[in-house]
Amino acid sequence: MAGDGRMNILQINELTMRFGGVTAVDGLSMEINDGEIVALIGPNGAGKTTAFNCVTGVYEPTSGKVSFMGKEISRGTSPDKITRLGIARTFQNIRLFRTMTVLENVLAAKHMRTRHNVLTATLQLSRREEKRVHSEALELLEEQGLLHLKDEISANLPYGLQRHLEIARALATSPRLLLLDEPAAGMNPQETAELADTIRRIRDKYSLTVFIIEHHMDLIMRISDRIYVLDFGKLIASGAPREVQANQRVIDAYLGVANDA
Amino acid sequence: MRYLPYILAGISVGGQYALIAIGYTMVYGILRLINFAHGDIFMAAGLIMIYLSGPLTLWLSLPLVLVLTVLLGFVVERVAYKPLRDAPRMSVMISAIGVSYLVQNVALYITGGLAKTYPTIPWVSDTINLFGAITKRVTVITPILTAVLIAGLVLLIKKTKIGMAMRAVSRDFETSRLMGIKINAVISVTFVIGSFLAAVGSALYFANYTAIVPTSGAMPGLKAFVAAVFGGIGSIPGAVIGAFLIGISENVIKSGGSGWTTFSDAFTFVLLIIILVVRPTGLFGEKQTDKV
Repeated sequence: MAGDGRMNILQINELTMRFGGVTAVDGLSMEINDGEIVALIGPNGAGKTTAFNCVTGVYEPTSGKVSFMGKEISRGTSPDKITRLGIARTFQNIRLFRTMTVLENVLAAKHMRTRHNVLTATLQLSRREEKRVHSEALELLEEQGLLHLKDEISANLPYGLQRHLEIARALATSPRLLLLDEPAAGMNPQETAELADTIRRIRDKYSLTVFIIEHHMDLIMRISDRIYVLDFGKLIASGAPREVQANQRVIDAYLGVANDA
Repeated sequence: MRYLPYILAGISVGGQYALIAIGYTMVYGILRLINFAHGDIFMAAGLIMIYLSGPLTLWLSLPLVLVLTVLLGFVVERVAYKPLRDAPRMSVMISAIGVSYLVQNVALYITGGLAKTYPTIPWVSDTINLFGAITKRVTVITPILTAVLIAGLVLLIKKTKIGMAMRAVSRDFETSRLMGIKINAVISVTFVIGSFLAAVGSALYFANYTAIVPTSGAMPGLKAFVAAVFGGIGSIPGAVIGAFLIGISENVIKSGGSGWTTFSDAFTFVLLIIILVVRPTGLFGEKQTDKV
């Protein structure tokens, strides 16, 4: 239980990830509580995406521990298992199934929540479940404003809509915790404002907890309950948006410290 | 017409190559692995048939051959490839070469190196007269059966959930995992389908060629592999078109007389060299874009 009485969803303890001689994440500790929107910010190369990759099982951390709803997931839990436990994500560099249609992208992710084995899937024995999955997928697309494009090949969508499709696909896995890796990258100010609404709306509708990496500070300041700041793999600040904004170390990290030369 | 028997034979053997080539191309599409053991699975299917058709009736041994071959393909994947899922691709390929030799040597041990005679399948192996050309009925059955199986496979890939998962995994392995798709199940299904088609192809192929030695899988396996490369490895329609083209060409070359027959195998490999020089991605091959 966290201080304010909400259940702890994600707990990261002393997480370190090294690649050869490079320490991408260095002793990161943080926690996220149920229903929060928590941001991870920092200059480019600070190790934010690496932290995401450790949470989702893409990397096994060099040391430290990641726990999801009280269960350790940082060792020996495969990415698909972690997804089934309830963590979904989007990608900084969009990674849709490019040759598949918009609807198929969502259906492929819905796949794992359906009860079936190879035989029934092949013979399509579960018509009723198939129908339910299909209508849920359409609902997710409608929510992201993609319904009219459902039969379009996903690679043909404009950039901003591809980001929305990634969110729809992540939601299709029915997550408790949604990880968004720079969802506003490449979006104009109006699209970014709409994205903020979308994130809040899906958080409320699906009782999600959201963990977000983003560079658009106005978006972060607007939607985050708490912010963690990474620089060169190390946590340099954390707290409410106002506190972080005023933190001298954060300002230094972003603007660089003036050296007397 | 002088060429007719050769064209018929070409279509027939082309269908058999196609059934093998699909196994190569699907596994490559999903694992980016050239499964060198695939031709030997095809040979093993033939040997299993020989040993089963002794004690059992043909109509019992045929379905059993399909089941056992599928099982063999499944086990090979689980034992030799799955533990290397996160290893460099070269390691998996070397493992595949190892499996290929293992299967061949087990076959050598069991058969004692002697050529084994494939059982005659009644009706299928009967001689018929087709537009004046004398041939076996298998010549007619092969393209029809091949077309039906491919149509079924295309439906499976386009319309079913497992097919959708296969397309997702072949597009992006890592992202599929992160979307909760059980890739190991998808990969197993791929090997099951590939081995099943190879088993069917083996029954049709050896109905024509009658004798099996432990290396019998090598040549048809290689040709099917060339067909897959020709069509653009990873592409199922490409593999099928490549297989028929190779099957027909090598037989039409034989119509030139005994001097030409010698070169029918060489033709396939000259074709391979030409493709690799002119169009390395093959007929329908996709350009590889780097995944990050």
